[in-house]
Amino acid sequence: MRMIKRERISKKDAFRIRSTAIIGSLILSGLFIFFLGHNPLDVYLSMAKGAFGSIYRIKDTINIIIPLIMTSLGIMIAFKMKFWNIGGEGQILMGALFASYFALNFSTLPKPILLFVMFIAGFIGGGFWAFIPAFLKVKFQTNETITTLMMNYIALNLITYLQYGPWRDPQSLGFPKIANFADSATLPRLFGIHIGWIITIIAVVVITIFLNKSKFGYEIKVVGESQDTANYSGIRVNRVIIRGLIISGGICGIVGMMEVSGVNGTLTNHVSAGYGYTAIITTWLSGLKPAFIIPVSTLFAGLIKGGGFIQTAYQIPQSAADIIQSMILFFVIGSEFFIQYKIVPDRRNAKGGEVNVS
Amino acid sequence: MDQNIYVKMESISKNFGTVKANDNINLTVKKGEIHALLGENGAGKSTLMNMLSGFYKPDSGSIYIHGEPVKFDSPKDSIKKGIGMIHQHYKLVEAMTAVQNITLGQKGSFFLSEKKSKNKIKKVAESYGLKINYDKKVYEMSIGEKQATEIIKVLYQGADILIMDEPTAVLTPQETKKLFEILKNMAREGCSIIIITHKLHEVMEISHKVTVLRKGQTIKTLETEKTNSKELTDLMVGRAVDLSIDRPEVEIGEEILKIENLTAEDVDKVEVLKNVSFNLRKGEILGVAGVAGSGQKELCEAIAGLYKIKKGKILYENEDIVGLSPRDIIHKGISMSFIPEDRLGMGLVASMDMVDNYLLKEQHKQKGIFIKRKPVKEKCNNMISKLEIQTPGTSHPVKQLSGGNIQKVLIGREIDTNPHVLITAYAVRGLDIASSHTIYDLLNEQKKKDVGILFIGEDLDVLLKLCDRIMVLSSGRVTGIVSAKETTKEKIGLLMSDEINTEVLAV
Repeated sequence: MRMIKRERISKKDAFRIRSTAIIGSLILSGLFIFFLGHNPLDVYLSMAKGAFGSIYRIKDTINIIIPLIMTSLGIMIAFKMKFWNIGGEGQILMGALFASYFALNFSTLPKPILLFVMFIAGFIGGGFWAFIPAFLKVKFQTNETITTLMMNYIALNLITYLQYGPWRDPQSLGFPKIANFADSATLPRLFGIHIGWIITIIAVVVITIFLNKSKFGYEIKVVGESQDTANYSGIRVNRVIIRGLIISGGICGIVGMMEVSGVNGTLTNHVSAGYGYTAIITTWLSGLKPAFIIPVSTLFAGLIKGGGFIQTAYQIPQSAADIIQSMILFFVIGSEFFIQYKIVPDRRNAKGGEVNVS
Repeated sequence: MDQNIYVKMESISKNFGTVKANDNINLTVKKGEIHALLGENGAGKSTLMNMLSGFYKPDSGSIYIHGEPVKFDSPKDSIKKGIGMIHQHYKLVEAMTAVQNITLGQKGSFFLSEKKSKNKIKKVAESYGLKINYDKKVYEMSIGEKQATEIIKVLYQGADILIMDEPTAVLTPQETKKLFEILKNMAREGCSIIIITHKLHEVMEISHKVTVLRKGQTIKTLETEKTNSKELTDLMVGRAVDLSIDRPEVEIGEEILKIENLTAEDVDKVEVLKNVSFNLRKGEILGVAGVAGSGQKELCEAIAGLYKIKKGKILYENEDIVGLSPRDIIHKGISMSFIPEDRLGMGLVASMDMVDNYLLKEQHKQKGIFIKRKPVKEKCNNMISKLEIQTPGTSHPVKQLSGGNIQKVLIGREIDTNPHVLITAYAVRGLDIASSHTIYDLLNEQKKKDVGILFIGEDLDVLLKLCDRIMVLSSGRVTGIVSAKETTKEKIGLLMSDEINTEVLAV
């Protein structure tokens, strides 16, 4: 057997492969659940119920969808340039940190102004955190996967330090916690969900237009396809990379702002909740297309939320829930391989296509 | 069956998807015969030879070697039957000597005695009049020596049927002559040689018989003596063609580009351009000749601002443009198109459509932050009709077009930028004759508009007919600049093989 790269694949075949993968993953995880002593069907149903079973749960799931979509959008811009930004996590944290600075110190400002300042601060925080590896990459050709990853740890530990040290709330009775934001620093709600969902919808539209219609979006595409060609055609490659990364990180930074202001009400060192890493998968699975990020992120949020629910409902340990999640992921991501390649029997053993000797 | 018929391929067909690469092809090659396989790009020559050497399997048809029916499952099987293929790109290990390369992969005892092998190799080689230094490492060899090593290698493997894929593409005329001597010797010794080429004069010079392929079909097999270039071209193209290339007389204007002592190094600090000096005038086509890899690419990229220059000046209308960004150089009106071997390279983005590729050079000119694709689409449609580009439409990824059409998109775009200086390298690489002439006409049209054109070419015949002057590069040095009307192919050949000629430098 050997593999051949597919020239192209029909929508029907792609759908067939993807659905086979999902069914396959459900069967395999089902076996696993069965050996844990539960009825797989019941568990799956409660997973779905846990994620989308009631208004309250749907709201909770949407709270996960929002940061996933936004972070994926941010990472996508970097990925379009083949700049592997693994630093979404750190950029979210830094956006959260910058926004929190204003939330904690300028709470007397009128609410719209303070929120706007926090929004901008979040963008700058994330953008700044992405700028550093981008600068290192264009100046010294450092490997961005390593630098962006390392920046995550710096951001994480910086916030931990602040949380345990200078920014610790004196009124928290010794508990290492930063003070809760005042109402003026809290995102208002619409239909019971913080208005980050509106920001997210606007972001999807704006970024889609930006990538397809603007000059800068075009330049990002060319740089991603071939830096030599970009250079040749007079595109200032380094500038495009740095600007693109500031936007990429900035969008992730906004996620941080929305999380501290709309969900957590304060800054903690787990405000990023792994979205920066999960978004790498969702971005990739959506084929770097903004429109596909929405369904993929919804699916993932459901998986996260539903996985959490069955833990409590069935007393399944977290690791077991993680295994189920990972098996589903493994199949879904694995199916992408079969969409790009097909497996054919080795020519040598094939009977067809032989020479007819008369 | 006749033992003297070394190769017989009968009604061979091979499809790739929906493309009929070979359709009922017949080919017979006798002992001691040099057989040329002539055809334009995409005619099916390489496919056919790849089946003979075991890389592909035919969909239908039969192959007989030495009168015996054969089925090849791999190149190994074909080597066993005495078939040796010399590819365009040599497959030698750079760090090994000739002997090591030749004995590589041979069966034998566990320990190889290099001395024994060497004697054996020598005997084989000398029986065909081939001589090389067997202890020389491949990376120290000239192109001609590498080729000789490849030939000895297949002979040593016992080949008596030799397939050569465009063997002269990388050789100087002198080296070509030498190669042809060797091939004739081999034929006299009883080898059969199949030579793939699209250069007519080579067919006329060396082959006994010639088979013309067109669009995957055998058009005709002729005796070389009884035919001529004109007939062969007509057969190859499928209609009567005018082979002459126009050289319009344009009053040559003032100097527009002047290169002074240009020196550049590659990443390994090897000088790839050495003190290159020349000038280019308005309304002139300056040809650049030289074997592949003599610094042509570096020269193009240096002028376009893409290659780092160590020292020297590039004066554009008396202003030094060294150090300017590629963007600024484009704005000054210098256009560069380099057609690499894979044709896509850096001029085009393979996965993008024609409109987006056109935009590569157009987008800087548009104002505002948004891109306007509509006017560009119109320009693309004009280009499609003017250059007869075969494409389903402007929104089709360019990588799905054929090589010739991709080239037309690239060159068409560059000419549409209305440059003052047009640099074009290998503009007709692999194009069919009709398309090549379209390109020559386009260039001549530009020349009449007073554009200074630097034309980097492969085919000396074309350079001699099209250009006003010809500059010869050899290992990064200018070995001569000659008037195209007054020089000969032999003279240029000498210059290509690195012999500085101070006399012609003065022209």
